[in-house]
Amino acid sequence: MAIDFLYPQYEVVRNPDRCITCRACERQCANLVHQYDVDFGHMVSDESKCVCCHRCVSLCPTRALKIVKTDHTFKENANWTGKAISEVYRQAGSGGVLLSSMGNPEPFPIYWDKILINASQVTNPPIDPLREPMETRTFLGKKPGRIERDADGNLVNNLSPQLQLNVPVMFSAMSYGSISYNAHASLARAAVELGTYYNTGEGGLHQDFYQYGDHTIVQVASGRFGVFKEYLEAGAAIEIKMGQGAKPGIGGHLPGLKVGPDISRTRMIPEGADAISPAPHHDIYSIEDLRQLVFSLKEATGYKKPVIVKIAAVHNVAAIASGIARSGADIIAIDGYRGGTGAAPTRIRDNVGIPIELALAAVDQRLRDEGIRDQVSVVIGGSVRNSADLLKAIALGADAVYIATSALLALGCHLCRTCQSGKCNWGIATQRPELVKRLNPDIGCKRLVNLVTAWDHELKEMMGGMGINSIEALRGNRLMLRGIGLTQKELDILGIRHAGE
Amino acid sequence: MVFTANTLYYQELNRQIAACADPEIVVENLLGQRYLGCGSSGRRFRLYGTPGNGLGQYLNGSTIEVFGNAQDATGDTMNEGEIVIHGSCGDAAGYAMRGGRILIEGDCGYRGGIHMKSYLGKYPVLVIGGQAGSFLGEYQAGGLIVVLGNGAEGRVPVSYFCGTGMHGGKIALCCDEAPSGLPRQVLVREAAPDDLAELRPHVEAFCKAFGGSAEAALARRFHILTPNPEAGYRQLYTYE
Repeated sequence: MAIDFLYPQYEVVRNPDRCITCRACERQCANLVHQYDVDFGHMVSDESKCVCCHRCVSLCPTRALKIVKTDHTFKENANWTGKAISEVYRQAGSGGVLLSSMGNPEPFPIYWDKILINASQVTNPPIDPLREPMETRTFLGKKPGRIERDADGNLVNNLSPQLQLNVPVMFSAMSYGSISYNAHASLARAAVELGTYYNTGEGGLHQDFYQYGDHTIVQVASGRFGVFKEYLEAGAAIEIKMGQGAKPGIGGHLPGLKVGPDISRTRMIPEGADAISPAPHHDIYSIEDLRQLVFSLKEATGYKKPVIVKIAAVHNVAAIASGIARSGADIIAIDGYRGGTGAAPTRIRDNVGIPIELALAAVDQRLRDEGIRDQVSVVIGGSVRNSADLLKAIALGADAVYIATSALLALGCHLCRTCQSGKCNWGIATQRPELVKRLNPDIGCKRLVNLVTAWDHELKEMMGGMGINSIEALRGNRLMLRGIGLTQKELDILGIRHAGE
Repeated sequence: MVFTANTLYYQELNRQIAACADPEIVVENLLGQRYLGCGSSGRRFRLYGTPGNGLGQYLNGSTIEVFGNAQDATGDTMNEGEIVIHGSCGDAAGYAMRGGRILIEGDCGYRGGIHMKSYLGKYPVLVIGGQAGSFLGEYQAGGLIVVLGNGAEGRVPVSYFCGTGMHGGKIALCCDEAPSGLPRQVLVREAAPDDLAELRPHVEAFCKAFGGSAEAALARRFHILTPNPEAGYRQLYTYE
């Protein structure tokens, strides 16, 4: 009905002088935007289908294409923006829940960008990482509170199982199903090469990837997909997913349409069956229950693997983290409200949760105040975009970070935020074989290694500049940070002083 | 090998059991020790007293027989094997189980068989002799839950929210009248002969374990709950 008409958000601009009608754009677009008009002998486009993923633009051999935001507009209104109006039309027309992908795109404050890093001048000389050893290797897990010796005075090994990270960056949970086989292959191989870990997400572990088990974190979520003895034993660590930054408090739903033979085997559910992850774990209603699940996993794997508990950053995150630290978990992972997702209700993605910077500072402080910081490692995610964000996270108290959106960008993602359609032209968030093969895992792995290696270099440069030569000396070292343009309240929560102080 | 639990902490008890080569394990005087048989395969446990939470969690082929009551999360995320309980059990029995069978002589608490699933040759079965608490078979994705309703005298043997979010599998309730107030995702009908044929081997196993006549049990009225394909879990979405 005309009342529901929405003008397309993007326009495809094709330069007719440059277009050679090679039809590459037509072949590349799974959304079927481009078409060859036989009668007129030129390309035509249906921009209403365009998601602005730049696949056609990137592969056009003559640079004849660009995508621009339409200048078509509703009457300007600061309150009733075009987006707000369009959403009402869509819901009025369909009765549907607004669904979106990837992280919260709304213009909330980005605290990383309001924090500045210190450097040495005169008194404490900087260190040149090219000349002197710099330590960015770190270990995740419970640290013993004291040194124990036996009757003969020999050291007793009272160390809990640890994860060794050669760089303080891991690849965050993305399930096989939400992303493709080739994307998982790229992440797994890159984790091995970098000496770090990738995370299966809640979709089980594909048989082909058991070989990377020493660099794999296996996830246990409420749906318990693909969870069985061998799966638990395959990983280097086990992560209990309680929540996700993009959609705190709700579960997940992989439509049966996406559950093909391979995903069915990995999730251990029938082909074509809906894969529903309910919002809660039905065996967890308290910290005591969480402790029960943590120890059931430890019992099942002989106390050889650290257990991670992942939560979304929500208002009471510090108190929750304190409970988790007492639940027997070895590592707490906190996911901020900008964390990505393959699909989440828009209202939840854009309105629920808090920034990871504030959550991290609050958690680290609370655990220190209670004298239990050493009982757990803290890993954060939810939009770590570069090595400066990484360094700031560590100085605010993180032991390591999880990255996922950055990793997908390295694989070619253009953040078109249309993962839920399953038609990812870059071969990442899709299960269509002809699209999946566009992502070459050899190249994908190489690009991920490049990215993290570059960040590691930058991290060392910045640490050297501060006169710090090990990650241990940077962790929680908030004196190395200053805020800019922040209120006193924000500075208090972050535990940092203002620039100039 | 016979172990005596008494006040031995569960970690030590389970460590001793894991270290023991004998596949036949008997544990006496259990006082709530957790995670017995957790993740194990190829063993036969006979347990006396009250095993604690997480009995047979991630069970991978062993058989467990409990002469007493069990507590919460029995057979949680179980993959294969059998658990037989000569008594009642607590909450979340058979949560997310993918294969194997649990037979409970008496009643079970909340959330029994919640999110049970099936896969290829794996078809989990939960048989409850007495009655079940609320949320039985919520989010069920596969497998079979049977409630025999012993002691219910023909009344519906489950409490509230049975089968909410159900999208696969089957629940069989022994009761004179069809349960009312079921969620939209659930269809209910009287058991057909092939439903009863499907129940038969499990009811026979139940009677073999706990006594009674399978014929008499199956001669009673059963109602079958299955997911409603028209009102599946699928929500209607609209995209940016």
